[in-house]
Amino acid sequence: MPFITAGDPNLATTAELIRAFDRLDCSICEIGIPYSDPIADGPVIQASYTRSLQKKITVDAILETLGATSSQVRLPLVTMVSYAIVYRIGVQAYVDAALANGVSGLIVPDLPVEEAPTLSAVCRESDVSLIQLVTPTTSRERAKRILDTSTGFIYYVSVTGITGERTELPPEIVENVKWLRENGDLPVCIGFGISEPEHVRQLAPHSDGLIVGSAIVRRMAVEPDPNRVVASVAAYIESLQAEL
Amino acid sequence: MASSSTTASGNVPDHDGRFGKFGGRFVPETLMHALDQLTNEYKKAQRDPQFNAELQELFRDFVGRPSPLYFAKRLSEKVGGAQIWLKREDTNHTGAHKINNTLGQTLLAIRMGKTRVICETGAGQHGVATATACARFGLPCVVYMGEEDVRRQAPNVRSIKLLGAEIRPVTSGSRTLRDAINEAMRDWMSSVHNTHYIIGSVVGPHPFPMIVRDYQSVIGLETIQQSREKFGRLPDTVVACVGGGSNAAGMFFPFIDQAKVELVGIEAGGLGSAPGEHASPLSFGKPGVLHGSFSYVMQDVDGQTCDVHSASAGLDYPGVGPEHSYWKDSGRVRYTDCKDSDALAGFYELARTEGILAALETSHAVAGAMEIAREKKRDEIVVVCLSGRGDKDAAEIERLQSLSKK
Repeated sequence: MPFITAGDPNLATTAELIRAFDRLDCSICEIGIPYSDPIADGPVIQASYTRSLQKKITVDAILETLGATSSQVRLPLVTMVSYAIVYRIGVQAYVDAALANGVSGLIVPDLPVEEAPTLSAVCRESDVSLIQLVTPTTSRERAKRILDTSTGFIYYVSVTGITGERTELPPEIVENVKWLRENGDLPVCIGFGISEPEHVRQLAPHSDGLIVGSAIVRRMAVEPDPNRVVASVAAYIESLQAEL
Repeated sequence: MASSSTTASGNVPDHDGRFGKFGGRFVPETLMHALDQLTNEYKKAQRDPQFNAELQELFRDFVGRPSPLYFAKRLSEKVGGAQIWLKREDTNHTGAHKINNTLGQTLLAIRMGKTRVICETGAGQHGVATATACARFGLPCVVYMGEEDVRRQAPNVRSIKLLGAEIRPVTSGSRTLRDAINEAMRDWMSSVHNTHYIIGSVVGPHPFPMIVRDYQSVIGLETIQQSREKFGRLPDTVVACVGGGSNAAGMFFPFIDQAKVELVGIEAGGLGSAPGEHASPLSFGKPGVLHGSFSYVMQDVDGQTCDVHSASAGLDYPGVGPEHSYWKDSGRVRYTDCKDSDALAGFYELARTEGILAALETSHAVAGAMEIAREKKRDEIVVVCLSGRGDKDAAEIERLQSLSKK
């Protein structure tokens, strides 16, 4: 499950990548809506958000691009979006616009379960998933509550920290994901830090999906030839898929 | 969400950290456990006589509390209206109100078994106060500070280093207070198991706005007692500057139920009222989410935080504490703004009439109070929270002065 930042380096590339991920049979594509103050993100995704915002790419323009692209692919699209943005645009208005443009789910990384009821109700009515996160610091009691209200899948955050590539991932992931799968009906996908083929080998058998973000965004940023960006990302995804 | 009430209650926040509709917790799940732990531990500490006795002793012998309530006679005469009294938080150890909060939170950190402290700072006063508290209790301390603020508040940067804390200049975004908070939050995301984040203002997710307000409330509580001793009644008007709003919250909160006392918060009016020229979310912003809390904020139509401006690093912030938003909407506190140039004029007036160098942040309140006092009768009383001393600003004021002459 790839993550890319919308509008980095431009919306045409975002659309082209979505089509490429569809051809590669990725299971879901996560689209990061750039935000000015992303506290859960490491330097790589922060920088991509800044680049995109500097080009004055708006939420309207992003959703329009997703709308034009979603009709061409089978790949479900979900937006990773700060609640600051959802609230300002309007909870109902954002969900309506997402739905109208073929977006099937929302991940709102700064909206814990306690603050989620309003958005959760609107999403349920519109049949848009509200994918909630469970982390290594989440108690089992909280995790049960999150399992009860999350829809689509559970995003298990592999590390106590921010997004970004890691060489080593904590050993308790497998146990925590196992518990989540046993205690709920939702698929459980793992994200944060995943970047190496070795990670895929270790975690794929124990989860329903692996989310790769910073590793893709960084590859795009360092690719010197703008015409090679999509090919370079596709080659990387294939190298990870080879481990499945 | 409940609609805002017409009368502000002193009995806030509620269980979910809401001040009316404002406040709450809009943070990644990773931090929720630590926020719950902090809320629980704070409740226990409030009921622990030993904890409170230790804090009171530190306030008295380490900070030098109570801070004086001082009649600014020559300034009052010069203005020619109400009597202006100064609540002298600038006389505290480390030169500002910030130490009230950092000592309280450092004791909480120790109580929770945390072995490392991080903080953000704008003007550097909170950085100095956190570094001081950490030195006093032997805790390692990392201070995040925007690169622009490292430049304009160099004396505080030096002090922070001398106190043994590590400064990490922040180069992302606008390189000011807002970005320093982002970086401190990111550090905390990875270090939350052993680290306490001492936030410096009444901002951020619950329980921070409540805890910081409570530790700063010593300012208002002392002012009430000293007012009765010095002039036998409560003041007519109380004025404080508002960036995130901690000195104002600490000053105002004990007065909230005293309906006859007028409360005025002064935001940073910067260069003017156009977007980007000021840092006055209560005057010009809209409710939205920033740094884990729902409050007035300067945002564009997409919810992206706007760049703001103030000559004072401590007020150069696009958001404000949620309780101020609650007080604004309920009408209990009036918020207005003061331009950079007026704050500078206030700084000079106080320096030349009273021999007190106020911080640039504080100078906004001084200028605001002068304007209010001018319209009032001589038997009326205006108290200003003199939140911090201005030594740190001497070079920056010289620079601003030479720019304005050009």
